[in-house]
Amino acid sequence: MNAIAAERSKLLSSRSIWWCAGLSVLLVAGPVGLIAAVPESGWQPDGTEFLTLGQLVVLALAALTVTGEYRHGTIRVTFLAVPNRTTALLAKTVVVALASGVVGLIAGLAGRGTAWLMQPDTGLAELGSGPWRAVAGSAAVFALSAVLAVAVAILLRSTAGSLSLLLGWVLVIEPVVASLPRVGDDTGRWLPFANADHFLYAGLPEPGSIFDAGMPFGPWGALVYFAGIAAALLMAALWVANRRDA
Amino acid sequence: MIEVRALRKRYRSTLAVDDLTFTVRPGAVTGFLGPNGAGKSTTMRMILGLDRPCAGEALIAGRRYAQLEHPLRAVGALLDVGWVHPRQSARAHLRWLARAGGLPAGRVADVLGTVGLTAVADQPARTFSLGMRQRLGIAAALLGDPAVLLFDEPVNGLDPEGVRWFRTLVQSMAAEGRTVLVSSHLLAEMALTATELVVIGRGRLVAQGSLTELAGPQGASLEETYLRLTGQSVEYVSGEYVSGEAA
Repeated sequence: MNAIAAERSKLLSSRSIWWCAGLSVLLVAGPVGLIAAVPESGWQPDGTEFLTLGQLVVLALAALTVTGEYRHGTIRVTFLAVPNRTTALLAKTVVVALASGVVGLIAGLAGRGTAWLMQPDTGLAELGSGPWRAVAGSAAVFALSAVLAVAVAILLRSTAGSLSLLLGWVLVIEPVVASLPRVGDDTGRWLPFANADHFLYAGLPEPGSIFDAGMPFGPWGALVYFAGIAAALLMAALWVANRRDA
Repeated sequence: MIEVRALRKRYRSTLAVDDLTFTVRPGAVTGFLGPNGAGKSTTMRMILGLDRPCAGEALIAGRRYAQLEHPLRAVGALLDVGWVHPRQSARAHLRWLARAGGLPAGRVADVLGTVGLTAVADQPARTFSLGMRQRLGIAAALLGDPAVLLFDEPVNGLDPEGVRWFRTLVQSMAAEGRTVLVSSHLLAEMALTATELVVIGRGRLVAQGSLTELAGPQGASLEETYLRLTGQSVEYVSGEYVSGEAA
């Protein structure tokens, strides 16, 4: 409990958490408002379209909370106070994941709320439960994304390395693998962020599954699968952190 | 009491600490001396559980650091003055540290007062001079009111008043029966501060004893004693200055 209190204190006393939280929500809701403001576009956003942008900010924020500690040496001060590194790092993971989950929920509601406020007379209700899973589920996806980012950051310890890997993975590697003929269908549907997206968007007309074979799991299965990958990476990170010099 | 037993640490190709054994007793300030690269900082990191020894062990009050129930109440350490987030205030830094160590929040104001940083406690650490950072690091070490204290080069950057303050502080802590280990390159200062010495070179123990024992019957200065002891184990030997014109 002490470790969690300390991590909360560290996170909330940094100014960047507030900037990043605001940016994340803005990136989710802002484009929805812009599109809805131009009815001629013929695109009626349901408010969940840009969750990925907010998720990218959360990935970066979560990674930075860890790499910043390695860069400034405060991780060693933390380990002096909490010599059990598993406890110390799990406390950080829990706090960052909870904060990211809150950001995800706010972003999801802000996106949905923007869509609803800007287009009060369109039939948003007809879309069924799909968008609501994306709205509330963004909390789970953002929290698990934070766990994954924290794990990668513990493993790599460098800001540049962690950000390149995480953002490169989401923006380049997964889309490229998915677009490769044959390989894409076999491999792409097993990639973590494709499954996170499947959880958010399954059942919606767009963007839908890009894989001919379809996704391996239903939306909830995809979420569990994404959580499993994040947990496996975190266990690997804790194993490594316990064995090396701080 | 700090017991270092047959400690060994190898980083890739370099053997930083090699079969090092010594004891630091309570009730005295022990100076930890050695040339650059002798393994002083590495040894301190292993005592504090930050680096994993390849062999041997370091015990504090009979336990390894990781097995201490309340580490900050048992041991206080200043290893690197840079270990603070530059945008965090001194108070915020000490506050999360107190939380992590399960210490009462009131200790933060206490130690800020002890090191004389109360007036600047809410300024971000990046605005601090080296001497102020040293004071913040010393405050962090004192936070848990520990019985064992380790300081790595604590007086670098302190002004003369600060140097004297630190000397008085550690001497009074030793007089209270605490164990104090201080590494430093400033031999003149060490001669005033420490009564016991541990001298290492190339990762091995060169000498251990009281200042007067090691100085010998002629009562040599600490500098003479130190240079005699470490002459064979200096890692980086300076050459004589050759002026460009002579060549």
